[in-house]
Amino acid sequence: MSELLKVPTMAEFMAQGKQPEVLFWVGCAGSFDDRAKKITKAFVKLLNKANVEFAVLGTEESCTGDPAKRAGNEFLFQMQAVTNIEVLNAYEVKKIVTACPHCFNTIKNEYPELGGKYEVMHHTQFLKTLLDERRLAIEGGKFKGKRITFHDPCYLGRANNVYEAPRQLIQKLEAELVEMKNCKRNGLCCGAGGAQMFKDAEKGDKEINVERTEQALNIKPEIIAAGCPFCNTMMTDGVKAKEKEADVEVMDIAELIANAQDL
Amino acid sequence: MEYIYKILFAVILILGVGYFAKNVKKLVRNIKLGQDVDVSDNKSQRWKNMSMIALGQSKIVRRPISGVLHVIVYIGFIIINIEVLEIIIDGLVGTHRVGLKFLPTSVYGFLIGTFEILACLVFVSVIIFWIRRNIIKLARFWKSEMTSWPKNDGNFILYFEMVLMTLFLVMNATDVHFQTLNSGNIISQFISPWFSGLSEGTLHIIERGAWWIHIVGILTFLNYLYYSKHLHILLAFPNTYYGKLEPKGQINNLEAVTKEVQMMMDPNIDPFAAPAEEAGEEEIPAKFGASDVQDLNWVQLLNAYTCTECGRCTSECPANQTGKKLSPRKVMMDTRDRLEEVGKNIDANNGEFKDDGKQLLDDYITKEELWACTSCNACVEACPVSIDPLSIILEMRRYLVMEQSAAPVELNNMMTNIENNGAPWPYNQMDRLNWKNE
Ligand code: SF4
Ligand code: SF4
Repeated sequence: MSELLKVPTMAEFMAQGKQPEVLFWVGCAGSFDDRAKKITKAFVKLLNKANVEFAVLGTEESCTGDPAKRAGNEFLFQMQAVTNIEVLNAYEVKKIVTACPHCFNTIKNEYPELGGKYEVMHHTQFLKTLLDERRLAIEGGKFKGKRITFHDPCYLGRANNVYEAPRQLIQKLEAELVEMKNCKRNGLCCGAGGAQMFKDAEKGDKEINVERTEQALNIKPEIIAAGCPFCNTMMTDGVKAKEKEADVEVMDIAELIANAQDL
Repeated sequence: MEYIYKILFAVILILGVGYFAKNVKKLVRNIKLGQDVDVSDNKSQRWKNMSMIALGQSKIVRRPISGVLHVIVYIGFIIINIEVLEIIIDGLVGTHRVGLKFLPTSVYGFLIGTFEILACLVFVSVIIFWIRRNIIKLARFWKSEMTSWPKNDGNFILYFEMVLMTLFLVMNATDVHFQTLNSGNIISQFISPWFSGLSEGTLHIIERGAWWIHIVGILTFLNYLYYSKHLHILLAFPNTYYGKLEPKGQINNLEAVTKEVQMMMDPNIDPFAAPAEEAGEEEIPAKFGASDVQDLNWVQLLNAYTCTECGRCTSECPANQTGKKLSPRKVMMDTRDRLEEVGKNIDANNGEFKDDGKQLLDDYITKEELWACTSCNACVEACPVSIDPLSIILEMRRYLVMEQSAAPVELNNMMTNIENNGAPWPYNQMDRLNWKNE
């Protein structure tokens, strides 16, 4: 790595008596999963580049409880939620950005009733505002003219009606945005949601991620763009299953933007 | 002689409407078996949804072919039913085409002419629907839950409509007086030559026959609704009104759990103290989640009665598309079937439900189906009448996990990890920021 990442924690801000502009909620995948950690770092590089005063909770962050809730364990979910909300409220957090649509959905929609009211943004929305405010410049670089398709994460798209921010960012790369047969509100799930990520699928005749990857491969993209660490894993596995790793890459939008500028 | 017909008509009408009313009462009672849920908020948004989605058919047209056909049948159905008003007055008072007494011939002709055109369009649309179901065999009409009654039901409705539209046109075509008026017989003038050569007396008999069968047919159809997916023509309205307003990704927080969690987390409450009296027994529900229809809320039960079995949900479901047993349509059909069974049980036992050793879980919906759901909301997005199959799936998962600890092993591991280290994988929370220096 060329330069060191600046990743201040809330505790550090607090010690200086300061408030960051935004809290970056890293999420479990973003913190622990090898593939997702790269997305986290790419996003942090962009935040550093745009001089965003952000902070993370670091070791004070804990699972939002999304997979527990979707698995039916409301107790565990609410325990997690209440614990997290206590920490967030103690730091007087107002605004949260996250690169995980599951964390995004849970904190944005399910925390308010339990006492956690924040402005929550998905990282593609946040990057889009940085772009609009001219705090971040996006250039195409090596992605100029590439065929890129965007896989809508269910928890960003259908669940929260965010379809445009990620697409506008891709178009900013001067790439050729191509749409799959099922996109936006008709997007097909990658197969990971609802706690499926953590278990084998029920008996069937196909894996969902393979089905979705085939839809993507049908339109011959060079890159499948994702906006969710779980979709990313599922689509990467799908591409491997179809033995297309040499032709198609699966990348998060944050990675695309960061890589385009050789960050 | 005249008055016998009038009495006969009145009796048929009262029987038809009366039996329907009886079933509606049953329907309302069954829906009320569900748990209470507060849906009194956002009235203006709800009215808007109802007028857009039910009245305006905004979601059905997302699939253009079936959408347009459906809109034709829908408009035709509503408008042609104005004619029923005339039929009822004629039948009760003994008049013939009472509309002609009140309206100028041209206006009456315009109305009937419109009905005739619509009847013709409806007829054609219904034929295309039938072809799609039975000749082209669209996949969503041939899934495993679409056998026996559901399959026949779909066709019966189409036959009903074909017969009713035919009777309406024949009735007009054989009405000598109406044909000589030559106003409004836009379609029937081409049908009346088929009956040429018949005496006026015979024509009158055919016309009367068509008239009677038409009204009896309509009343029969009305009563058929309760037993059919066709109930959606009524319930789509309340159902879209009560449909979910929150973002689709938002799952309700169980209030009873919130209370318990608050007690557990509140340092001021002594966890070993006897529970405060005023906490009230009824505040803690008998069980978490749903194993039977009575555990669901009444909007979910209304959903089940509203389902038109169109299968749009199932055809978009990623689990179903990849050969899993889960079908969101089946979830709705099972819920309705079980609710009907519970309702019949109550009827048979003087208004009390007697345990029949059955429940929605396992006897209708299996664990295998429930665990195959990715909570992707494709079914919710696809449903043209705002049904939320996902909410039922999640409510049943809650029962499995919180009441029975019956989650798949891998999910139990995931949950244990969250409990112990705050992540679904076995990593230490203290390592959460390690990525920074890797
Ligand atoms: S939410 Fe579940 S049932 Fe509905 S479409 Fe997605 S996987 Fe199928
Ligand atoms: S739930 Fe909705 S989409 Fe699914 S079959 Fe019923 S009416 Fe059709």
